[in-house]
Amino acid sequence: MPVTVRIPTPLQRLTSGQGEVQCTGTSVTELLADLEKRYPGIKERLCDEQGKLRRFVNIFVNEEDIRFLQGDQTKVKDGDEVSIIPAIAGGC
Amino acid sequence: MALTKDDVARYSRQLILPEIGVQGQERLRRASVLLVGAGGLGSPAALYLAAAGVGTIGLVDREAVALSNLHRQILHDTDAVGRPKSESAKSRLSALNPTIHVLAFQEQLEPSNVVVRIAPFDVVLDGSDNFPTRYLVNDACVLANKSLVYGGAIGFGGQVLTIRPGQSACLRCVFPEPPAEGAIPSCQEAGVLGSAAGVIGTLMAHEALKLILGIGKPLTDRLLVFNGMQSRFRTVAVRRDSSCAVCGQAPSIQQPAFYDALPVCHQVC
Repeated sequence: MPVTVRIPTPLQRLTSGQGEVQCTGTSVTELLADLEKRYPGIKERLCDEQGKLRRFVNIFVNEEDIRFLQGDQTKVKDGDEVSIIPAIAGGC
Repeated sequence: MALTKDDVARYSRQLILPEIGVQGQERLRRASVLLVGAGGLGSPAALYLAAAGVGTIGLVDREAVALSNLHRQILHDTDAVGRPKSESAKSRLSALNPTIHVLAFQEQLEPSNVVVRIAPFDVVLDGSDNFPTRYLVNDACVLANKSLVYGGAIGFGGQVLTIRPGQSACLRCVFPEPPAEGAIPSCQEAGVLGSAAGVIGTLMAHEALKLILGIGKPLTDRLLVFNGMQSRFRTVAVRRDSSCAVCGQAPSIQQPAFYDALPVCHQVC
């Protein structure tokens, strides 16, 4: 059973409208690489040229912010739920 | 001032809640809430705050009502198209509850006015539609030690966070920097369903009411994420960042400012 990754609304156009996808990997870094393989173009929305997560996006592994875990080295395993949550300005 | 007979009739269904009662109702009447934006989030929020009897409600919005607003901005109606949103809001809220004060500010929040605008209010609700304003409001509220409820909606969902400056995570603790222009599609590109904005705006009002009444558990250090397609609510743990630029141990932001040029209303969403 792979890892469930929740895709936020603003990025769903890159995942054919899917709000939840399955990916494989043992760390957040590997997961993002797998995500990019399946949905090219998504990684540059999330990471800068150095591969660091952009600062308007947070990733949560099982509802815990990876910045307070091991960052992108945070381990993930099959069955985990990973959420990508960006800041949303929409109030209009 | 004691509750009038009309007040008792008007608020009877919430007065009988043990957590509210007459004391709670009086707290609501003495309270003041400022809504930044009288649009998709501000509309439901303002309606529920007025209905509950919040004594003073302020609304800041520079724009006029447009036809394309009406699928979600339920505070306004077709006859109001072309009128300033702040005025339209004032009319509607006063009709709903004539016993409260409604203050309409037809203006844009900027570094030059944000401090004076938020000062008299107990709680600020940020339902603005662009990142520069969101960060400006966050910073101003943190610097003024003003409780803030942040909410955002897009597509079929959204998110809510309550901020108690100095106690819980602020917007910058969670999202230290805003996205570059174009990084996140705008509302005009991605769209939003009115009811999604309704859920988020109502949750924002709900949070404000809890803060005013001093009851329940606020969404502090918890970012609530609503997935409207699956109708699922989750909260993710967030926390204060000791290196936060505005509320951290060595803050570099000492006064509110736009991080960029004047916001364009369709810049991001």
